[in-house]
Amino acid sequence: MEDILYFLQQVINGLTIGSTYALIAIGYTMVYGIIGMINFAHGEIYMIGTYVTFIVIAALGMLGIANPFFLMAAALLVAVLVSCAYGFAVERVAYRPVRGSKRLIALISAIGMSIFLQNYMRLAQGSRDMAISSLIPGGWEFGLESFAVNLSYMQVIIFSVTLVCMLLLSSFISRSRLGRACRACSQDAGMARLLGINTDMIISMTFVIGAALAAVAGLLLGMYYGVVNPYIGFLAGLKAFTAAVLGGIGSIPGAMLGGLLLGVAEALTGGYLSTEYKDVVAFGLLILILLFRPSGILGKPEVEKI
Amino acid sequence: MADTHDNQVCDKQVHDRQGLDKAAPATSSHRQARAEGRAPLLDVCDLTMQFGGLKAVDGVTLQVHPGEVVSVIGPNGAGKTTVFNCISGFYQPTGGEVYFQNRAMHRLPGYRIAQAGMVRTFQNVRLFKEMTVIENLLVAQHMHAERNLLKGLFKTPGYRRSEKALMQHAGDWLERVGLLEFANREAGNLAYGQQRRLEIARCMVARPRLLMLDEPAAGLNPNETRDLDDLIVSLTRDEGISVLLIEHDMSLVMGISDHIYVVNQGQPLADGSPEDIRRNDAVIKAYLGEE
Repeated sequence: MEDILYFLQQVINGLTIGSTYALIAIGYTMVYGIIGMINFAHGEIYMIGTYVTFIVIAALGMLGIANPFFLMAAALLVAVLVSCAYGFAVERVAYRPVRGSKRLIALISAIGMSIFLQNYMRLAQGSRDMAISSLIPGGWEFGLESFAVNLSYMQVIIFSVTLVCMLLLSSFISRSRLGRACRACSQDAGMARLLGINTDMIISMTFVIGAALAAVAGLLLGMYYGVVNPYIGFLAGLKAFTAAVLGGIGSIPGAMLGGLLLGVAEALTGGYLSTEYKDVVAFGLLILILLFRPSGILGKPEVEKI
Repeated sequence: MADTHDNQVCDKQVHDRQGLDKAAPATSSHRQARAEGRAPLLDVCDLTMQFGGLKAVDGVTLQVHPGEVVSVIGPNGAGKTTVFNCISGFYQPTGGEVYFQNRAMHRLPGYRIAQAGMVRTFQNVRLFKEMTVIENLLVAQHMHAERNLLKGLFKTPGYRRSEKALMQHAGDWLERVGLLEFANREAGNLAYGQQRRLEIARCMVARPRLLMLDEPAAGLNPNETRDLDDLIVSLTRDEGISVLLIEHDMSLVMGISDHIYVVNQGQPLADGSPEDIRRNDAVIKAYLGEE
């Protein structure tokens, strides 16, 4: 019985982290779906989202506002807006000028952008960890006396916010006109343009949506861990990229699934093996997927691209 | 420098034609319009496209008048598709000018050209294969639709109404090309001939003034080609649009064209009515080789 509860606890922890991987992974997958390139500056957008969250919460806290839900809502709004602006700017500065040239050039440009943003944050906010105290502490415990499964309120918030974001995004993509135009662009941008769709606008929108979701992930994970530094974007970005590839890059449901799977795989490794092996397992998975099923779980086999 | 000079000539002609347009009686047919040198719908002047050292298109000039079917023919590799690509904004031409309804098109991005009323197909089928048939037609109406994000998110009554109008329009065209029963099928799963018809319907729901078809009969059997012939004629007759056509099927070209331009090795070789072209020695030579 305790074994089962222990397993359950790992799964809950894994799904928590996995949800945020999924949110970030969507940004990778959407951008790839439309322009066929990996936005390596995406992890930094997540990092910026976390910083903005911390700054807003600290600033409002100093003004004497203590209601955690108001703080969270305000931080969410500001973090999303700021990150959207960064996402938009990244596309304009690092991608649009080199679009149409070789893939490698855009890749290097994006890596440059990533290094720039990381160091810019280091200069602006300092390279040390910043911390905030937990806004929404506590949770539920259930199980046996010898082992209780812990489900914190924050974890529940992470699941529900992620779920809402996913539902909003899915209905936007599948039902709205802009979503339809977005899908058309990802299938054949040249044709979409000749049918009167402003593909540049759609590409910008894709970056902005990805940035907004990364900011949501930044807020959630920031509040969950309570710590931020300018380097968190790198690893989170790599993990989310792995999640996107795992689920099938270019596929939005794939990114969601890949994120959750990766989170659970990591948590199980941490729970049964050793937390030190978490990253080994995550990137081992990436290598295995690339070797045996490069199109990912939900992706369609495709010879071109990558 | 030579290009610039020619362009100025082009400009002047356009202005002159505008003046003539006002004076001409509204009732005259398009054949008369061509004879009288009235304002064309599409006016391509001295179009040039250079890829590195290769001049794929060199000084092609052509006009399409309202209600006409105009064909561009020529041997394989003559540069016909490149001409299409330049006119539709798929490429930026390296020289020359394109006027559509007296507005300069040659520096505009492709989506603006489509919005101006020029829509095209490609030689190969380029449907959005993973979207349904009806979605393909809805996407093509994107530029005519309300795109306000908030209205879309909250599904205001106005948004619903306009979405219904798009649906209706798409449905009408599906019925017209005989694909209504496949509306919710994935476009990639249609038979080849059906995909070609869907492409034309997709162009038409975008409400163009000029429809550009790049080898629409390629891969069709004789029956389907005849249907296509009827469809194109009915488009010009009932919808009042003009058609610019690239085609190898000579019986189709000769049957429906009002005017034909012949391109060879990127350069204009001849132009005239189907009768003129049939008898033109240079054209026969280009197609059959010297005897």
